[in-house]
Amino acid sequence: MPKITFIAFDGAKSTVDVPPGTTLMRAATDNRVNGIDGDCGGNCACATCHVYVDPSWADRLGVRTAPEEDMLNLVADLRDTSRLACQITLDDTLDGLVVALPESQH
Amino acid sequence: MNASPRTESSAPIDARARIAALPLDQLNPADPERFFDDTIGYVFERLRREDPVHRSHSPVPGIDSYWSVTRYQDIMQVETHHDVYSSDGGITLLDFPPGDEQHLPMFIAMDPPKHDEQRKAVSPIVAPANLNNWRDLIRERTCRVLDSLPRNETFDWVDKVSIELTTHMLATLFDFPTEDRRLLPHWSDMATANKLLNPDAPEPEVRMAELRKMLEYFTRLWNERVNAPPRTDLISMLAHGPATRNMGPQEYMGNLVLLIVGGNDTTRNSMTGGLLALHDNPDEMAKLRANPALMESMVSEIIRWQTPLAYMRRTALADTELAGKHIRKGDKLAMWYLSGNRDETAIPDANRFIIDRARPRQHLSFGFGIHRCVGNRLAELQLKILWEEILKRFEVIEIKGEPTRVRSAFVHGFSELPVCIP
Repeated sequence: MPKITFIAFDGAKSTVDVPPGTTLMRAATDNRVNGIDGDCGGNCACATCHVYVDPSWADRLGVRTAPEEDMLNLVADLRDTSRLACQITLDDTLDGLVVALPESQH
Repeated sequence: MNASPRTESSAPIDARARIAALPLDQLNPADPERFFDDTIGYVFERLRREDPVHRSHSPVPGIDSYWSVTRYQDIMQVETHHDVYSSDGGITLLDFPPGDEQHLPMFIAMDPPKHDEQRKAVSPIVAPANLNNWRDLIRERTCRVLDSLPRNETFDWVDKVSIELTTHMLATLFDFPTEDRRLLPHWSDMATANKLLNPDAPEPEVRMAELRKMLEYFTRLWNERVNAPPRTDLISMLAHGPATRNMGPQEYMGNLVLLIVGGNDTTRNSMTGGLLALHDNPDEMAKLRANPALMESMVSEIIRWQTPLAYMRRTALADTELAGKHIRKGDKLAMWYLSGNRDETAIPDANRFIIDRARPRQHLSFGFGIHRCVGNRLAELQLKILWEEILKRFEVIEIKGEPTRVRSAFVHGFSELPVCIP
């Protein structure tokens, strides 16, 4: 089971274990990680699961989808490392992934 | 909040039977009368079951034929495909003739990239850092309004609470002179008034004269702000923002109307609708009093339950298919949020008001996709503070009669609700 760590805007860390196949958004909402709301239920339609991913994981995460780009374009605190957690499906190659949450989600 | 004079009459049951007996092709959800007499739910209940993507014809010139999208997932499909379903044709079903003076350009009715640029010019005002600035101010005003309410006499909740609080908020966001704040809902009503849809609406000349006064007033504010250093109010942000500082007068007006209607007709009606919902569901009220930690999920549930904007319109840019129906280029579609929010296949027990449901934020009231409500967190904050302060003060707010509903298929709300606080 991949182990994932979320770092909230205030620095608080939450580490969760999730079954492979879970999205990064669900990994947070199913474990009540604060700062990931996932209002649209994973339809890439609300941008409330915005996370920053360390560039060292970029190869394993793939690139942003077109709808993801459209939604990220509207967030307040976009960075090169921004992703929407609902568009990332977790598997064992992502075990140990650490993501940080933006100021707008705290 | 029990013991009320509101009684279940047999009228709604008759209405349900009458609507069930109509031929499908006569179901026209955009008929404002269905909203005024609150029978629209029966129309949607039937459409979701029998014809979820439904073609109908309105007798109103300028609306004509349109599709009704009534299920949650189909609405989501339209929301998330803005490349096919455009906002550029307007967000309400009524079309104005080209060049009509009544047409006001606003970013909600634009496609990318212009939409994105203009939206980003105003979205910082409701960014988290600013929400924290608003919090104390909202609480102070809410307390003042609640403390000044009459006791032991019947008054109109819509006027004295819902309109009062939302206009104060808007005046604050615009840094608009507080003493003139009631001009804001007045102009909002004028901007959305339409004789074709509502016989009680003002004549078009009266409407345009009022909107010209609005433009004059706001032009004065613009000129003040544009010649001063940038500040954090919306007008200053528009006047200094690279994407908005060169807007023409019509576009400035359009975006003002968008922000006024967006911040006024919506939260206002959730403030009234929430009171009614809690009155009609005393067990939920008891749950809230026993566990105030439910406040946030209750606020989301109120917003779902009320769905203050019943729909948003899109226009198909190409031939496409939706739930097995062939949609043609140029067709108009209404995404009926009010119906999608009652869709039992997407939301468990969707037709019950439950303040502690599992995923309270998964509702359509703010829309989804790139046009999702920019002020959603501010709206939630206002409602949360209102209910926190109500709970501190009042053991009961009695509903003294039936609410009067707005005669509109777009703004789903109330014009009057008599209440009494003992």
